Amino acid sequence: MNAPYIGQSVKRLEDQRLLTGAGRYIDDIKLPGMLVMAIYRSPHAHARIRGIDLTAARAVPGVTDVFAANDIDMNLPEIPLRLAPFDGFERFLQRPIAANKARYVGEPVAVVIATDRYIAEDALGLIEVDFEPLPAITTVDQAAAGDTLIHEDAGENMGTRYTVGRGDTDKAFADAPYTRRERFVTNRHGAVPMETRGLIAEFEPDIPLLRLHGATKVNFFNRRHLAAAFDLPETAVELIETDVGGGFGARGELYPEDYLVPIASRRAGCPVKWIEDRRENLTATNHSRDIVCDVEIAATEDGCILGMRAIVQGDMGAYIRTNGGVVPSKAAQFLPGPYRVPDFSCDVQFLITNKTPVGTFRGPGRFEANFCRERLLDMMAADLGIDPAELRHRNLMEPADLPYRIGELVPGDPDATFDRGNYPSALNRLLDEVGYDDWKDRQGDIIDGRTHGLGIACFIESSAAGPPESATITIRPDGRTEIRTGASSVGQGTETGLAQICADGLGIDIATIDVFHGSTTLVETGGGTFHSRNTVMAGNATRIAADALRDRALDLGALRWNCETAGLDYRDGAVRRSGESLSLAELATFAETRGERLFADATFDNEKKLSYSYGAHAALVAVDVATGMVEVKKYVLTEEIGRALNPAMVQGQAIGGLVQGLGGTFLDHMVYDDDGQLLTGSFADYLLPTSDGLPEITAIALEESPSEFNLMGFKGAGEGGIVAVAAAVGNAVSHALCAHDISITELPITPDSLRKALRDIGA
Amino acid sequence: MTSNHRITLTVNGQTQDCEIEARLTLADCLREKLNLTGTHLGCEHGVCGACTVLVDGAAVRSCLMFAVQAQDTDIKTVEGLADGDQLSDLQQAFHDNFALQCGFCTPGFMTTAEAFLSENPTPTRAEVQSAISGNICRCTGYVSIIDAILDAAARHRGDAT
Repeated sequence: MNAPYIGQSVKRLEDQRLLTGAGRYIDDIKLPGMLVMAIYRSPHAHARIRGIDLTAARAVPGVTDVFAANDIDMNLPEIPLRLAPFDGFERFLQRPIAANKARYVGEPVAVVIATDRYIAEDALGLIEVDFEPLPAITTVDQAAAGDTLIHEDAGENMGTRYTVGRGDTDKAFADAPYTRRERFVTNRHGAVPMETRGLIAEFEPDIPLLRLHGATKVNFFNRRHLAAAFDLPETAVELIETDVGGGFGARGELYPEDYLVPIASRRAGCPVKWIEDRRENLTATNHSRDIVCDVEIAATEDGCILGMRAIVQGDMGAYIRTNGGVVPSKAAQFLPGPYRVPDFSCDVQFLITNKTPVGTFRGPGRFEANFCRERLLDMMAADLGIDPAELRHRNLMEPADLPYRIGELVPGDPDATFDRGNYPSALNRLLDEVGYDDWKDRQGDIIDGRTHGLGIACFIESSAAGPPESATITIRPDGRTEIRTGASSVGQGTETGLAQICADGLGIDIATIDVFHGSTTLVETGGGTFHSRNTVMAGNATRIAADALRDRALDLGALRWNCETAGLDYRDGAVRRSGESLSLAELATFAETRGERLFADATFDNEKKLSYSYGAHAALVAVDVATGMVEVKKYVLTEEIGRALNPAMVQGQAIGGLVQGLGGTFLDHMVYDDDGQLLTGSFADYLLPTSDGLPEITAIALEESPSEFNLMGFKGAGEGGIVAVAAAVGNAVSHALCAHDISITELPITPDSLRKALRDIGA
Repeated sequence: MTSNHRITLTVNGQTQDCEIEARLTLADCLREKLNLTGTHLGCEHGVCGACTVLVDGAAVRSCLMFAVQAQDTDIKTVEGLADGDQLSDLQQAFHDNFALQCGFCTPGFMTTAEAFLSENPTPTRAEVQSAISGNICRCTGYVSIIDAILDAAARHRGDAT
């Protein structure tokens, strides 16, 4: 494939190793003399720890060490807040291992180090802990009642609470001809990447060196906090990336194990590996969603929104981890969506319960907000006798409304402004593609015994927040070109995308480019990988570095030929003048003779100006009233992403996100019983989407509105596929069952829940 | 439980002798004893399919089989799919159809598909969907994987694609 690469479906550079079994994921790395560790986790949701007996576990042949909190000779640090660090959260931070009390099933209580994992797990079974079980808080209502305190010193179970808004909602509602209030529940589920987490620590205090393999996502933030925790200079801490089997928000944050594995290595005096098993993964890795939202809308008789007000209650689990209050705060911020909602207010509550702590999962808060708002809009459309698409058109912001300052809807966030775009255009494209006009008067039609419905939903989604990103391009005398960036790869094709930009920027063959990313040993600094950042941030940094490298090549050419740069031209990987040229490799060799290198450093900083992706989703469903089974027959989505770097990879993001969203809508559910026991602790119980029953999918990436805030025009493309799935499907199922007056307000939508609702009305 | 056994098996065309505990899974034997780390463990309870290998041509979850049960079997893992540097039709089809992102589940999908295509060289789309419905992928949403397997079937048959 030849240039230009940008905009082409360039085949992925990562594939060769991954297709041949030569990828190197964390569990594939074996170091000389390495031991393994396993973690004894609390079987209780809430219990005082009265005593721990490690004697029998320590006696197992092959076990080299077993330790609990009391055995650790350091002040156990609190896991820091990275995002949305609201006042009050400091009372609910987690330490790496429970000392006196366990607050969720899965909290680390003791650690075994052994020569192999089979032996380590044998020893786990011999650890005896004297627990005094305490009442478990498993709902936000119980948490708010505060009869049992999870963190006694805090004096309450409310992590924090604030109110945000714009305009005057009381006035909007007082005068409104139409209002409706509903409660929506979004199910607790999570990222659940195919590769569980894992780490290998090499801790050599005498050097000093702490090298941690298996890092990803936000290595430089994590390095800073690990260095502080272990009282090391930052330069003594190395975070090394491996191939990563999926992130989706959950992997790469600081967790208890990021401290426990180094502690184990320091105690053992050798490298120690920890690989999370799937049962651990489902209780130890961040959960997400789990929002209860009471939302009320005010409108005119002809369906123009006057105001919205809401109470968002987030079930945060037992501790506030690195992602702070992102999930509920973003649910609140995105509740008004891409519509004109002049008056809006939201009471946002963060409640502590005896469940696994919550963090981000692809589209955090957006998935939830879109479900609540888009369901409510469809209810309003029905109440007012307005077609749902027409209702949306009456309220969607027009291009003339943009940019639109949405106000300070998240405390401490920079003032947020929706950038330019054309929301109605994205909706119209969707309506055309799905054949809306053919379906809108056939809602509830029975075809082949099943009742059909078409649902639509609109969304807007921010991207690429956070610190600047780095990229360095270096030309080697052997002709290879290196990109080094602080961004991480979590499996989404980052290497390919950045190589495309570099290849076009320098006019070189993409096959000559190597991409090094993330590890603190490979780059000086980095912002990391989250919030659909990589293409926007690292992509633009790469573009800026390529431009600077061309200038540097021209300067070197002028020196080499002893002439002015004015007469020189840079084209196709070489500096040229009439009849002769100097290739980048030759210039790199020349630079070397001068004691220099041919390279360029760049940083891309969005200066807090975010680009917003937006679009619309539609689902056509068929519901079997007798069984409650829903089939999604057809799914269409449009997503404005500014510019598609690699259309096939963009498709992969959209479709992958959409299918994850179908899981969150129908299947994925962390179910807890009243004692705080997770009932879905294996893949036999925690269901994920599979290849059977996939809808016919059309995912359309729109490139009508390039971002104004970066050279390349990119907007994030990683999350638009998931954010409106529950919204569109919830609307579709509700339309299908309109004759039965069933309205979806709670996720997941299961055959069981639908049958119960149908039975209740005698259907 | 911890008594040792000596087994002989063929892996990717090579005869291997291993001294192993009775309780060692085939997956751990391949990964830890034979250093064939291309076979991945996603759940270790037989649901996700990431650890699928071919045992005498059949797709088998190596996390659910003990290594001692593999005595005298002929095993093929992802490392045995390519012919030297030359990707197999199936691997090439995965590459050409963007049928992988993080790549962790990919070896299990390819071994599953290899066994399936050997039994059904002319599958319909629905048959492919059914054949891989016991493997979980979190990245792709499956569409590109289904496309790749149909593409590989066409390549086997020599159809133009």
